[in-house]
Amino acid sequence: MAAVTSTARRPGRRQGGRQAVRLLVLIVIVAVVLYPLLWMVGTSVKSQEEIVNNIGLLPERFTPGNYTAGWGNFDLSFGTFFLNSAMVSLLTVVGNAVSCLLAAYALARLRFRLRGVWFAVMIGTLLLPGHVLIVPQYILFRSLGLVGGDWPYLPLLIPQFLATEAFFVFLMVQFMRGIPRELDEAAKIDGASPYGIFRHVILPLSRPALVTTAIFSFIWTWSDFFRQLVFLSSLDDYTVPVALTLFIDSTSQSAVGPMFAMSVLSLLPVFLFFLAFQRMLVEGINTSGLKG
Amino acid sequence: MGVTAIPMLLSLWLSFTNYDILTPLSEVRWVGLANYERMFTADPSYWHAVRVTVTFALVAVPLKLAAALGVALLLNRAWRGVGLFRALFYLPSLLGGSVALAIVWVNMFNRDGAFNSFLALFGIEGLPWVSDPDWALQTLMVLAIWQFGAPMVIFLAGLKQVPTELYEAASVDGAGRFRQFWHVTLPMLSPVIFFNLVLETINGFQGFTAAFVLSNGTGGPVDSTLMYTLKLYISGFTDLEMGYASAMAWVFLLAIGLITVVFFSTGRFWVHYSDGEK
Repeated sequence: MAAVTSTARRPGRRQGGRQAVRLLVLIVIVAVVLYPLLWMVGTSVKSQEEIVNNIGLLPERFTPGNYTAGWGNFDLSFGTFFLNSAMVSLLTVVGNAVSCLLAAYALARLRFRLRGVWFAVMIGTLLLPGHVLIVPQYILFRSLGLVGGDWPYLPLLIPQFLATEAFFVFLMVQFMRGIPRELDEAAKIDGASPYGIFRHVILPLSRPALVTTAIFSFIWTWSDFFRQLVFLSSLDDYTVPVALTLFIDSTSQSAVGPMFAMSVLSLLPVFLFFLAFQRMLVEGINTSGLKG
Repeated sequence: MGVTAIPMLLSLWLSFTNYDILTPLSEVRWVGLANYERMFTADPSYWHAVRVTVTFALVAVPLKLAAALGVALLLNRAWRGVGLFRALFYLPSLLGGSVALAIVWVNMFNRDGAFNSFLALFGIEGLPWVSDPDWALQTLMVLAIWQFGAPMVIFLAGLKQVPTELYEAASVDGAGRFRQFWHVTLPMLSPVIFFNLVLETINGFQGFTAAFVLSNGTGGPVDSTLMYTLKLYISGFTDLEMGYASAMAWVFLLAIGLITVVFFSTGRFWVHYSDGEK
């Protein structure tokens, strides 16, 4: 046995060399991959003149003025857009967490007619592109007077409170199936109702799936553009992504610095989430195939 | 469920009508297959959008998966720092779909953007990539490939599942690195490749944000970035022809369904499941 190990380890130096080359290649790839992000941050603190002439990552003269200029570039400050985005994202988190949890509990544990069919329908909607539903949803919400209504975020939020995010329902159903049924039985013997079982057994044990759902809902909604573009039509309702596109309309070159500054700020919440939950996010896409 | 099912049916009905947002629903006229007929025979920009979308998916998806697999293989053999590398490679997948990054991308590939400045270091004069109809779509493809981190993470998990005994056995049989990769790694990884392929293809067909930002919502320059979803958006929400847009949405849904079916029915010829299940 010892002989085998020693022959396996014999080309130690060559292995070490290989590893060094591999590490070098990886570092080069990381540099290429991270370059656009670093360039974005660098450009956001360059003066207009340097944006055109200085191709380096770092500015010669640090110009934080882009941030104040971008913040107040439009009739409304970006603070409004950030508040709008935060409100939509946080309410979406609440909606998804509550509604998907209840739907998943029903699908995983309760017995009702056509449960199998409902489950299949739910899985089917996993593949359904959001773009297919946008036109009829728009018409539906418009005929209910909710598009551009008193509170124009309803069309964005109502679906989230009705467990339409099949990804999360599926994730939670899978998770709940891993919770031993003996616990349900024990609670039942102790006189718990289906609600009691949910409240005292399933809910506490589903925390990890709930946290994953919350994090991904927040990140997806924060970065979502299509639905917000369709449903929000007046400037004071705009969220950050929709507001950012206003910079493209004003094509003047002088807006590049402020535009980059606001782009950096818009990515900051997602980036902070990434720092805080990095391991979980990466494991999350492993276990469920969730997309970042 | 209702929020999904009712719009689905409404949308199917609308696709046979002349509905636009200005006429009240009660005055909507049934036009039969006219929307579909127009789409397939009388609207060249529709076919153009189909071509743009298919080209995008055919080029970007395989390259993205190749990049993901390549980096995953490198990373799988690394000594340490795997966690850090994995996180850094994943970052673009997390941020890349946003409006902010699309804006950055467009500026990077502008005439006087960072990419051309980089080329200038080697004495190459770059093109105004994003405003050149021959190159605009390619810059979007590069943006998609840049986000290879998510499939890479999945590949990496798949590689960890391959039993090392198989490599030892292959090595004893005298198989070199390449043959090991071809006869052990690829077959063992095929379920994961399949999963990534289905997921990324469906995602690829739905690209919207970057194309919208690059062209300021028009699909330009000269319709070169008119992705299917962008065409649908323009028909429904710029031209307000919602009946027509619904017809487009239904064809889109059927196409994606069909592609998924094709994937799953061809999958059994090349996807290898260790437990022998097909």
